[in-house]
Amino acid sequence: MKKYECIVCGFIYDEAEGWPDDGIAPGTKWEDIPEDWACPDCGVAKSDFEMVEI
Amino acid sequence: MSSITIIGSGLAGYTLAREFRKLDKQTPLRIITADQGDFYSKPMLSNALSKQQTPQQLVNTPAAQMAEKENIEIINQCMVESIDRDQQVLHTSQGEFSYSELVLCNGANQIKLNIDGDATDEVMRVNSLQDYEAFYQQLQGKKHIVIMGAGLIGCEFANDLGNAGYQVSLVDLAPQPLGRLLPRQAAADLQAALSAQGIHWYLDNSVSAINHSDDGYAIELCDNTRLQADLVLSAVGLRADTGLAEAAGLACQRGIVVNEFMQTSDAHIYALGDCAEINGQLLPYVMPIMIGARALAKTLHGEYTAVNYPAMPVMVKTPACPVVVCPPPAQQHGEWFEEIVEGGVKSLFKQDDKLMGFALTGSATAHKQQLSRSLGQAAD
Repeated sequence: MKKYECIVCGFIYDEAEGWPDDGIAPGTKWEDIPEDWACPDCGVAKSDFEMVEI
Repeated sequence: MSSITIIGSGLAGYTLAREFRKLDKQTPLRIITADQGDFYSKPMLSNALSKQQTPQQLVNTPAAQMAEKENIEIINQCMVESIDRDQQVLHTSQGEFSYSELVLCNGANQIKLNIDGDATDEVMRVNSLQDYEAFYQQLQGKKHIVIMGAGLIGCEFANDLGNAGYQVSLVDLAPQPLGRLLPRQAAADLQAALSAQGIHWYLDNSVSAINHSDDGYAIELCDNTRLQADLVLSAVGLRADTGLAEAAGLACQRGIVVNEFMQTSDAHIYALGDCAEINGQLLPYVMPIMIGARALAKTLHGEYTAVNYPAMPVMVKTPACPVVVCPPPAQQHGEWFEEIVEGGVKSLFKQDDKLMGFALTGSATAHKQQLSRSLGQAAD
């Protein structure tokens, strides 16, 4: 399981936890998140995230 | 019963509302906004053309949905005219609203330069989704765009317009792009990448007049160069919107002065985001808003929390040459050490051996996380 960070605001998406608020189940891989999903905090696009080391 | 009123529905206003609701589901929360109140991401405005997004597609969550989801009363298209601090009442274009705690999140305005000519009223500025809609309409069928200001917003728009096939000219007083953020080599790297995209530069220069002409606008620069433009975009910087606060007698300097609790000189009024000045600093970026909003949400919830900013690297969204910069603190002693690496520039700002800031372009942006962790420590 990996974590991805929004490079604009610092929000972290953790694959292990998913993001149930937007219907993304725990365990959802980054690749499987829809391309039009936006950062829940600042609203930038999925392409503005990068992988971070845990 | 206590109630919280937020003025402004930008990133600061909505982030604060959302963070507060994580702690408190009940206390009445009201947002008064001059625009529609739709939630959108400001950083996306200067990247939307490349992503082929229309202004409508930039709305992440419409106002009505925000109101329902976060249990907020949203009063939109409403101008706040004055604050009566004694009575704790706001006078607005839609009547009076009382508050227990008030948070000013009314942002900043694009600075308007005094320029000669008969077309200066048609110069465009983009600092909100509404502005962007107008800009987007005007762009249709246009070719040559002149941008005044090669700072963060000017460079991002130049890159985006260039990608979308427009011919772009950038004019700036400084001898380099991002003059206030980047050291020389890093700026040169960005400039070269944007030049390769066909962007023209008029640096060490400024616009002296804008007049109507047969084919759009005739622009005169200080060195007497003449340019033709179909559209002029001004991005010369922001000025905090302090009008309402000043009229109410709150302490203001370049922004609305707040302490580490984001509290103004009135204990019941706070300020967050582009309108606020904290420790003499304006921090008109996304990350300080997020961190400030989290601290302020706790304070409003009754748990006084001072804001504590970590290293906050700023991303410049210029895909032709990605840039990350963590500027050294104001008045920081030290100097830049710049190293040209394969595919980018790695610039470190050091005092003696200590890393106090950095700027990275192109492939060097990969060092962002490691350098952020090294700030304040000895660096090679």
